[in-house]
Amino acid sequence: MKKEIKKRIKPNFSEEHRQYLKHQRLKIALIWGFRIGLLVLFLGFWELSTVLGLVDPFIVSSPSRVCKTIGSLYNEGTLFYHIGVTLLETIIGFILAVVLGVLIALALWWSDTVRRVLEPYIVVMNALPKIALGPLIIIWFGTGNKAIIFMTVIVGLIVAVMHMLSAFIATDKNKILLLKSMGATKLQILRKLVIPSSFASFISMLKVNVGMAWIGSIMGEYIVSRAGLGYLLVYGGQVFKLDLVMTAIFILCILAAGMYFLVVLLEKVLVKNTEN
Amino acid sequence: MEKEILRFTDVKLIYHTKRGETTAAENLNFSVNEGEFVAIIGPSGCGKTTLLSLAAGLLKPSSGTIESHGSFGYMLQKDQLFQWRTIEKNIFLPLEIKRINTPEHRDRARKLAEKYGLKDFLQSYPQQLSGGMRQRAALIRTLATNPDILLLDEPFSALDYQTRLNVCEDVSSIIRSEGKTALLITHDISEAISLADRILVLSQRPAHVSHSHEMDFGEVKNPLKRRELPQFSEWFEILWRELNG
Repeated sequence: MKKEIKKRIKPNFSEEHRQYLKHQRLKIALIWGFRIGLLVLFLGFWELSTVLGLVDPFIVSSPSRVCKTIGSLYNEGTLFYHIGVTLLETIIGFILAVVLGVLIALALWWSDTVRRVLEPYIVVMNALPKIALGPLIIIWFGTGNKAIIFMTVIVGLIVAVMHMLSAFIATDKNKILLLKSMGATKLQILRKLVIPSSFASFISMLKVNVGMAWIGSIMGEYIVSRAGLGYLLVYGGQVFKLDLVMTAIFILCILAAGMYFLVVLLEKVLVKNTEN
Repeated sequence: MEKEILRFTDVKLIYHTKRGETTAAENLNFSVNEGEFVAIIGPSGCGKTTLLSLAAGLLKPSSGTIESHGSFGYMLQKDQLFQWRTIEKNIFLPLEIKRINTPEHRDRARKLAEKYGLKDFLQSYPQQLSGGMRQRAALIRTLATNPDILLLDEPFSALDYQTRLNVCEDVSSIIRSEGKTALLITHDISEAISLADRILVLSQRPAHVSHSHEMDFGEVKNPLKRRELPQFSEWFEILWRELNG
C-alpha cells in the first residue's frame, strides 16, 4: 500500500532526472525566499531607522505607524468605505473602458475608410495628458463619482482601442484568404477568425488596463472627491499626515496586485475553457 | 471527349499600386477537364498565386473570361489550421462558412477524415499533430464541402523533404481515389511531373502559357513510382530548359 502511493508520486525517473527536478524545485524555493526576504529586509530597515531616530517618522512614517493608521481607520468605520468607493470607481471605469474599447476597435477594423479618417484623432487623444481635461470634467460631471469614472474611462479607452485594433489588423492574411476562398462574409471572418485569434492580445490588454484604471481613478480623486483612497492621499498630504499617505499607498499596492491576479486567474479559466 | 470544368480565355490582369501598374497576366489561355490533374509551373514571381485567385473568383480579370462549372476548394501553402479548434472543428469550418453544417454533411466529412487516417486525431488540436498530418487534415478540410475542383497553391512547400514526399504521395492518392479535378501550382518541377496528367509552363510576367505537355506515364499515377521511371528525368530536363529559356 505504502509502496503504491510512493510509486504514484514518483514515477520511474532516472537518477539524473530526479536530480534535475530537485534542482528546479530548489531554484523556485530560492527565488521565493529572496522575494520575501527583500520585503522583510525593506520593512525592517524602514522600521528600525525610525526607531533609532535615523530618519524622522513624521516625514517618512513607518510600518508600525501604517498598521496603526489602518487600525484607527477600521475603528472609525471608514477603512472599507474609502476602499469601496475607489474600488467601485476603478472597476466600473475598467469595465466601461474595456467594453467600449473593444467595440470601437471592432468598428475601426470593419471599415478601412473610417479607420483612416479617425487615425489622427486617435493619435492626438492618445498623446493628450488626460488630466488636462480636469476642469472640464468637474464642470460637466460635477464633483461626484461620475466625474471620477469618466476620468478612469478616458485614461483606459484609447489604450484599449489601440491595443485591440492592432491585434485585429494583425490577423493572418492567409487565413483570411482561406476563409474568403470558402465564400466567407466579413461578419464570418470576424467571428470565426479575427476575434478568436485576438484572444491573447485581449488578455494582455486587460492586464495593461488594470494599471490604467487605477491611474484614472486616483487621478480623478485628486481632482474631485470627498472619499476614496485618492482623497485620503490628497487630504493626508494637505494636513501633513504622512502616515495616512503611506497607508493609502500600501492599500493601493495590495488592491492593484489583487486585481491583476484576478485577470491572470480569468486568463487561466478562459484558456482552460477554450482548450476543452 | 471529356467535359471541360474550367476555362481561361484571353485573360488579362493588371495590378494597380501607388507606384504604378503591372501587367501580371496577358493572353492567358488554358482549360482543365473533369477528373484531370493539371500542374502549372512557372518562374518565381510570375504570378502563380494570382492565377489561382482568378480561378477561385477572388480576383476579377481586367479583361477576358473565366468560365467554371463547379465549386472550388482552395488549399494553401501552409495548412492554416486554426489552433483554437480541434481537427474535427477545423474540418467542419467550411461547412459552417457555407451554412451547410448539417448532421449529414458533418457525417460525410467525418467519414472522409476517418477513411484517410485522421480518426484518432479528430479531437486533437493542430499543434499536437506532425506537419504531414496537419497537411492531410487541411486537405480533408478542403474536401469537406465536396468541391468539384481543387486548387492547390504549393501545398507542400512548407514541409521538410521527407515529409514532403510522403504528403505528396498522400494527397495524390486521396485526390485520385476521390476522383477529383485538381489544379496544382508549384515551382517544383519534379513535384509537378510526379503528380500531374498535364503540365502547363508559364512564362515570365506578363504570364501566359508558353508550353503544355501531356505526361506519358500511362497508368502509373503514384508519385514515388513515377520518380523511378526513365521518362521522369527526361521531362525534368525539358521543363527545366523551358522554365529557364
